[in-house]
Amino acid sequence: MSDIADGFVKAAQLAVSLDPELIEITLRSLYVTLSATAIASVIGLPMGAWLAVTRFPARRYVIALLNALMGLPPVVVGLIVYILLSRSGPFGVLGLLFTPTAMVIAQVIIITPLVASIAHQAMRELWADYHDLLISLHASRWQRIVTLVWDGRRTLMTAQLAGFGRGIGEVGAIMIVGGNIDNATRVLTTAISLETGRGEFALALALGFILIALAILVNLSIHILSRTEQGSRW
Amino acid sequence: MKRLILSLWFCGLACAAQADSLRIAVTTSFENSGLADVLLPALAQDTGITAELVVVGTGQALRLGEAGDVDAVLAHARAGEEALIAAGHATHRREIMYNDFVIIGPSDDPAGVAQAVDAASAFRAVAEAQAAFVSRGDDSGTHARELSLWDQAEIVPDQTWYRSVGAGMGAALNTASAMPAYILSDRATWAAFGNKGDLALLFEGDPALFNQYAFLPINAEQHPHVRADLSAQVEDWLTSPRAAALIDGFQIDGMQMFIFNATPTD
Amino acid sequence: MVKSPDILPLDLQEVAVRRRGKRLLGPVTLALKGSGISVLIGPNGSGKTTLLRVMHGIERVSAGRKAWAVSDADAHAAQSFVFQTPIMMRRNVRDNIAYPLVLRGMRRAEARAAADGWAARVGLGAALLRPATVLSGGEKQKLALARALVTAPQVLFLDEPCANLDGHATQEIEAILLAARDAGTRIVMSTHDLGQARRLADEVLFLHDGKLVEMLPAAAFFAGPASAQATAFLNGDLVF
Repeated sequence: MSDIADGFVKAAQLAVSLDPELIEITLRSLYVTLSATAIASVIGLPMGAWLAVTRFPARRYVIALLNALMGLPPVVVGLIVYILLSRSGPFGVLGLLFTPTAMVIAQVIIITPLVASIAHQAMRELWADYHDLLISLHASRWQRIVTLVWDGRRTLMTAQLAGFGRGIGEVGAIMIVGGNIDNATRVLTTAISLETGRGEFALALALGFILIALAILVNLSIHILSRTEQGSRW
Repeated sequence: MKRLILSLWFCGLACAAQADSLRIAVTTSFENSGLADVLLPALAQDTGITAELVVVGTGQALRLGEAGDVDAVLAHARAGEEALIAAGHATHRREIMYNDFVIIGPSDDPAGVAQAVDAASAFRAVAEAQAAFVSRGDDSGTHARELSLWDQAEIVPDQTWYRSVGAGMGAALNTASAMPAYILSDRATWAAFGNKGDLALLFEGDPALFNQYAFLPINAEQHPHVRADLSAQVEDWLTSPRAAALIDGFQIDGMQMFIFNATPTD
Repeated sequence: MVKSPDILPLDLQEVAVRRRGKRLLGPVTLALKGSGISVLIGPNGSGKTTLLRVMHGIERVSAGRKAWAVSDADAHAAQSFVFQTPIMMRRNVRDNIAYPLVLRGMRRAEARAAADGWAARVGLGAALLRPATVLSGGEKQKLALARALVTAPQVLFLDEPCANLDGHATQEIEAILLAARDAGTRIVMSTHDLGQARRLADEVLFLHDGKLVEMLPAAAFFAGPASAQATAFLNGDLVF
C-alpha cells in the first residue's frame, strides 16, 4: 500500500518539477495516440455512417466482424505489424520499424474498429430518426452520410474519445514495433512497463497516475472545446 | 495555420531517421543494470554516435539481428551468437565484458542453498526441498545457463515447484519476490532491482556462473542497409581503455558489477 | 381558378401493397389532378398513410403501376411530405428549414435567407436559432411545414398533420395550408378530424379496408356519400 502513496507523491513531484524526460515521453505518448486517433477517425467515422445507411447482402457479417475486431489483442497486432515492417518483411524498405510512425500504424489498426463500431451504433440510431425525412427529400447516399456525421458529431466524439482511451493506455503493440527506445520511441506506457520490470513500483505508479491525469485532461478539454455536457440541470 | 500544423505533424513522423545513430539490440539483463546509462552518453560524446537500444529478450534480440532490423546485437548467449554468425547474419562476435550469475532466494533459505558447494548442488538442493523456483523460460542467455545447471545437477524440474514465466529478468524477479521463490539472476540486474522484498543473494562464485557479454555487428553483405561503419566505430569504442574504465568503474551499492575483458584487435 | 401543376396528373393503376402476407392497400386506381386540397379520410387501418406514402414514392408497391406526367426525377424534386410525427433534425430551426435547399445545392447563405422568410410566415421568426428538438409539438409541425414548403413544391403530402396538436396550433396550420393552396400548391392530406375535412377539403377520398371506396368533390361527398361505409363513418359509427 505504501507503494501507491509513494506513487502519488512521486507523480506530484515529477509533474511540478517538469522533469524533462517525463515531458518528452508524455508528449510522445500524446503525439502517437492523437495521430492514431485522428487517422482512425478519418477512416472509421465515415465507415460507421456508411454501414448505417447502406444495405447489402453481407451487411450483418461485416458489422459482426467489425465488432469482433474491437477485441483484437494489441500484442498480436504489434507482432503482425512488426513482421510487415521488418527489414526481412514486405515493407522493410520503408525503414519504419522502431519509429513513432510504426507505433502510429499499429495503434490505427487497433483503434479504427472501435471508432467505427461506436460510430456505426450512433449513426444507426440517428438514421432510424432521419430515415423517412432523408428518403423523402431524395438525399443521395453521400449526402445522407455527411448529414448523419455532421448532426451526430457529438456522439461521434464519444467514439473518438473511446479510441483515444484505448490507444493512450496501450502498451503491447507499441512495445514490439517501437522498441521502447530511450529518446526515440519511449512513451508513458512502455516506460511504466520498464520501471515495473526494474522493480521500481513507486516510479511506475507515478507514471501511471500521470497517464490517467493526462487522459482526464484530454477528455475535459474536448468537452470544454465542444461545449458539451454543460449545465448542472436537465 | 492548418498547413503549418500539418507539416509539423509530418515532420515529426519523418524525423525518425537521424544522422549518426546506431540501433543495437541488447538483452534485458544488460539494460536493467543501468550500465547503459553510463556508457551511452560517453559514447555519444566521444564518437558523436547515438546508440538506440532496443531492449528485448535474448531470443528476440537474435531474431532482430537475423532480420536485419538492428545494426548490432549485444548478448550473453554464446550458442545463439555463434549460430547467428554461422548463418551469416553477424560478421563476428567481440567479447566486451563479463559478470556472473547469482542464485537469489527467500532470505530464510528453506533449501539451504547458501551451504551448497557449487551451483549444481545448489539447484539439487532446491529440487530436493521442492522449493518454489522461478525460471525465465524465454530462451534467454540466463535461461540457457539455468537449464545447463539443471543438466549438470541431473535434475528434471517438476512442475509442482518449478515456475516457468516466460519473461524478462526484471519481470521474473518481480514474480520471485512476490512468491517468494528461488531464481537465477545476473548480478547487475539483481543489484539494481528495486523490489527485492524478502529475497536475498544466497549463492555466488562458482565458475559455472560466469557470464560473458559479446558485441555482434550485423553483416552488411546480407543486410546492405545496416550501418557497418558505425558498428565498427562503436565496437572500437567499447573495447577502448575509455570504455574499460567506465565498465570497471561502474558500481552498484559500492560493488563492481562488470569486468572488462575485451582483447585488442589483431 | 389556379393552374394545375405540371407534374400532374398522377396515375395509379391497380396499385397494391402487401407486407408479410397482409394486404395493406389496394388494388387502388385513381388519377390525382386539378388543383386544391384533397383530403383522405377513413377509419384507422384503412390505408390512408400507406396510400400517401405510395403516391409520394417512399413506399414500395407490390403490384400495379404509378406514373407522374413527367419523369420520376422531375416529379421527386417537385413534391414534399409532412409526417404525422414531425422529424426534427438535430440542428436549429433555421438550419432545419434550410436543409432541403442545401441538399439541392443552394448556397448556405441563400438557403438560410429563404428559411428565415418561411420561418416568419409560419410564426417561428423569433425561434430561428433555437434547437429544433426543444420546440413544442405545434411548433415542430409548423417547422416541418415550413421545411416542406421552402422548396416551393407543386404537390404537398401531409399525413394527419394535426393529429397531436391542440386547437390553436391546428388553426395556424390550417391557415398556412389554405394560403399554400391559394398560391397554387396541390395538397393531398389525410385526417381523422371530420371537422378539419369539412373546413379544408376541395376533394374527398374515402378509404376503407385498403380500398378507395369514394373519390368526390367535397360538396358532393358531404351532401350524401354513395356508400354505406362512408355514411356510417360520417355518422361517427365504428366502421370495419
